[in-house]
Amino acid sequence: MSTFWSIWVSVIVLGTIFGCWALLMATRKGQKHDQETDRTTGHSFDGIEELDNPLPKWWFHLFVATCVFSLGYLALYPGLGNFQGLLGWSQYNQWEEEMQQADATYGELYAQFGEVPVKELATNEDALKMGQRLFSNNCAVCHGSAARGAIGFPNLADDAWLYGGEPENILYTLNNGRQGAMPAKGLMPNMTAEQVNQVVNYVLSFSGREKDPKAAKAGAQVFAQGCAGCHGQDAKGNQAVGAPNLTDDAWLYGSTYEWIEETVLYGRENRMPKQSERLSSDQIHILAAYVYSLSN
Amino acid sequence: MNHEIIEKNIGLMVVLILFVISGGFLAEVVPLFFNKSVNEPIAGLEPLTPLELEGRDIYIREGCHVCHTQMIRPFRAETERYGHYSVAGEFVYEHPFLWGSKRTGPDLARVGERYSDAWHRMHLNDPRSVVPESNMPSFPWLFENKVDHTDTVAKLKVFQRLGVPYTEEDIAGAVEGVKGKFEIEALVAYLQQLGTVITTKR
Repeated sequence: MSTFWSIWVSVIVLGTIFGCWALLMATRKGQKHDQETDRTTGHSFDGIEELDNPLPKWWFHLFVATCVFSLGYLALYPGLGNFQGLLGWSQYNQWEEEMQQADATYGELYAQFGEVPVKELATNEDALKMGQRLFSNNCAVCHGSAARGAIGFPNLADDAWLYGGEPENILYTLNNGRQGAMPAKGLMPNMTAEQVNQVVNYVLSFSGREKDPKAAKAGAQVFAQGCAGCHGQDAKGNQAVGAPNLTDDAWLYGSTYEWIEETVLYGRENRMPKQSERLSSDQIHILAAYVYSLSN
Repeated sequence: MNHEIIEKNIGLMVVLILFVISGGFLAEVVPLFFNKSVNEPIAGLEPLTPLELEGRDIYIREGCHVCHTQMIRPFRAETERYGHYSVAGEFVYEHPFLWGSKRTGPDLARVGERYSDAWHRMHLNDPRSVVPESNMPSFPWLFENKVDHTDTVAKLKVFQRLGVPYTEEDIAGAVEGVKGKFEIEALVAYLQQLGTVITTKR
């Protein structure tokens, strides 16, 4: 705040208080009266007169107390322009203090696990309890409270991993997030309806569920051209690009003909938001251990 | 002082009443009109794109601000959950701001990029599908209705007059940006940018 506005605010605030004070004092006693016996305001309506009594004492002193309180308050807390108050209180200082206190209390709890290797930490019961709470607060809203995922949100409790289930993969995912993208019709933008049918049947055939064996056979050709680039010739996926294994029984987007057809036709986009800006590195480390422990 | 003078001169009484009740306004509000931290955008703040702007209007139309605030107060309990506390410079382009005053649902000031787009679509279609204990209503019509773009240009012009730095190009391309989009796309686009200028926790 500039000096001008600081003075502006101070003058108005103090002026208001002293104005109240002056008004209070000025009206403390009744009006001057010509005669000692005349204690009315001089208003008279149909012979009814209004008495001019001063405020009761307790009431008057209450007003005095509010004026004194406000001056005391303004001396201790910020209120007069740029004057910060004798206590030095501000909402940001208060917040900083709260954060420092919390760091002092909880920081150590997290820090004691920050250096322990994830695999070792995954057997530490205390760390896992903390990890579970961190998971419930930050991850469960997508991955579910039991970490078993949902359509579009990976199951973290099985051993199928889009980007790898080793500690360093999990840590990378938590710190940096992941951006998954399958283009519509894979690498074959001109895939015909017939070819879509063939390739869906071919994908179903990995788990012995093809509807049309003939189409499934023809689908191998389409798969090699449009899908193998990411999912691999053997359809076992590629964790470097997050392409899922299509031969196991873990399905991020549903395993029926209809779901797979939709995936092929329209592609899929998915995103795991990065957590490094929300959680401390120690917290992420503990979370990684918890996630690792779910399938190991 | 004599009651009589004030009580019998109504004009004087009006002036004195105005003088008394304007004190708070003059001391607490007027200086803010000239305060940099309130009037200058923080570094990196961009005006909403036309699609995000239409999403914002859908947010208002559906009454999201009635249950969700967009104002993180500087308390640890809030910054731990939602992120960095809100600062005035983030709201310079907001007319009106959507701080809200009551939280039935969580604060949304920094919900941007916190969840994936897919999560938002599932959540708005059926909140219980991702948050079982949620009492938020479903908004299935957002997936059927296209964004009404008849007023998009006018909206941008109004914001431009209010001081939001939209260029003539922005206004010329406004309809292009929202035409044919579903309302859900606009709303998700709006939500995904909320509070993303400040990403640090402190």
